Amino acid sequence: MATVMQWQACTMASTCGEISRRNAVMTTRTTVRDPVRWFGKPLVFLLGLLPALWIGLVAFGIAGNGLGANPVEALLDFFGNWGLRFILIGLAVTPLRKWTGWTKLTWFRRMLGLFGAFYVGLHFRTYLVLDQGLLLSAIVEDVLKRPFITLGMIAVLLLLAMTLTSTLAARRKLGKRWQQLHYSAYVVGILAVWHYWWQVKKDITEPLVYAGILSILQGSRVWSYVQKQRLIARQHPSEQVKLAKN
Amino acid sequence: MLIKSRDDIKPSEITSESQYLNRRQLVAGLAAGAIAAGCSRADDAKPSVNPSPKSGGIQVAESTQYSRLEGVVTSPYSTPETPNTFDEVTSYNNFYEFGTGKTDPAARADTLKPRPWAIEVSGEAEKTGTFDIEDFIKPHTLEERIYRLRCVEAWSMVVPWVGIPLASILQQFKPTSKAKYVALETLVDREQMPGQRYSVLNWPYREGLTIAEAMHPLTIMAVGLYGRVLPNQNGAPMRLVVPWKYGFKSIKSIVAIRFTERQPATSWNLSAPNEYGFYANVNPDVDHPRWSQARERRIGAGVFSPKIETLPFNGYGDAVASLYDGIDLRRNF
Repeated sequence: MATVMQWQACTMASTCGEISRRNAVMTTRTTVRDPVRWFGKPLVFLLGLLPALWIGLVAFGIAGNGLGANPVEALLDFFGNWGLRFILIGLAVTPLRKWTGWTKLTWFRRMLGLFGAFYVGLHFRTYLVLDQGLLLSAIVEDVLKRPFITLGMIAVLLLLAMTLTSTLAARRKLGKRWQQLHYSAYVVGILAVWHYWWQVKKDITEPLVYAGILSILQGSRVWSYVQKQRLIARQHPSEQVKLAKN
Repeated sequence: MLIKSRDDIKPSEITSESQYLNRRQLVAGLAAGAIAAGCSRADDAKPSVNPSPKSGGIQVAESTQYSRLEGVVTSPYSTPETPNTFDEVTSYNNFYEFGTGKTDPAARADTLKPRPWAIEVSGEAEKTGTFDIEDFIKPHTLEERIYRLRCVEAWSMVVPWVGIPLASILQQFKPTSKAKYVALETLVDREQMPGQRYSVLNWPYREGLTIAEAMHPLTIMAVGLYGRVLPNQNGAPMRLVVPWKYGFKSIKSIVAIRFTERQPATSWNLSAPNEYGFYANVNPDVDHPRWSQARERRIGAGVFSPKIETLPFNGYGDAVASLYDGIDLRRNF
């Protein structure tokens, strides 16, 4: 029984990122000097900032060819695209870790997710301030009447909730509910692609590509889950029902 | 000859040279990077008719690279509003025959050869057949028509078109009493229009007007803008301009005109009938199913300018509203 419980905790830690208090302390001690962490994390952070830096340079005419004839649309598209990309990159961490066996990938997941929230936040603020001119009546009408805006708004709220609870302290405090809340990353992925799909006038090539990537990532999760259930059924037939409930 | 060619260079060749220069500028810009900082690339270019100090977007060919049209007269139908810059008008286009991105037409339309150009006239008219583009232009006086252009995507521009009233052109062919509609078609040629390799729309692009709309004095065939030959990305050599309708009605690079008794099929209506009607009159009270049509973003107004209110019939209601007496414009959107 004890081993099953341990195995369960262990699986949870590796599949869902559920880290117990003790594990968190251990992680800090053993990995703080790992170059993947002290070098890799700042590197990924800087890489994540590159799109924002680039569009800033473009906006001020220092790089590229300017924002074009419709700069508001250009900013909306740019931030929206990068938000969606980082959401998908964040969702790719776990499947990639399983395919490559490189567990350290998990160290970057939170940062990648937060970059998704960062760019979606810029996209959302561009919409509120530059596109709608903070005209509350127009924004409310948009959210209520246009399904693709409604989808986007739900995604923004979920990302906000996840961002606010992204600290280790919030994670400890929320316990099991933290994981439930952060499963909404899956919902955000679907909403983000859907939002893009409905917004496009006619040429759905790009949303289709993102939908394909999302399908592969989420498909691999379903497959892993099914494999795990089979393994459990084979090794611990009596515990099957109990684990499935979790 | 109405269109004066400089040094016997065809407009198409000039365009492609300019596109070549564009790419060079782009490459140079990328390579130069920080060196180019703070230096507007428009400074390097020859002066244009309406130089844009902000000069955003892809550097499209300067207007001086298009031949000037001679004998253009002004028109009382022009709006007093300030036109968008040449750069804006020629770098931000919807012309799916060259790709679905707004900058695709400016980047790719150099493959279009606007001369020689034949137009087939058929249907309910006394005079039908295949005619040269010059037969459409030569008999008429070119007028500058500065019109608002409202896209169905909720953005707008002011464009100084050069064109001919469509009525003057159509009357040449003596339409019969059976001619209730005019159907128009864009060229189909995958070599010249690479975007047609993708079936994003069902090619050819098709549009149509009622005969009353076609004969209305505001409706023109444009052959130029900013006093010069129409750039390829704007629908060279000849495109429709119907200022009170959404931009997609103003079909580009026309090769066929047919007088019909029945309402012709139109491309966007075929593609999404619940979103795009046959009439497609600008109407702030009838939203697109996916976005509001109440307001529009005026291109060039600046990042922090609010959207402006969209006017019924794009502000041309006094002149055209009577065309739709007794028609429910909510149902016939």
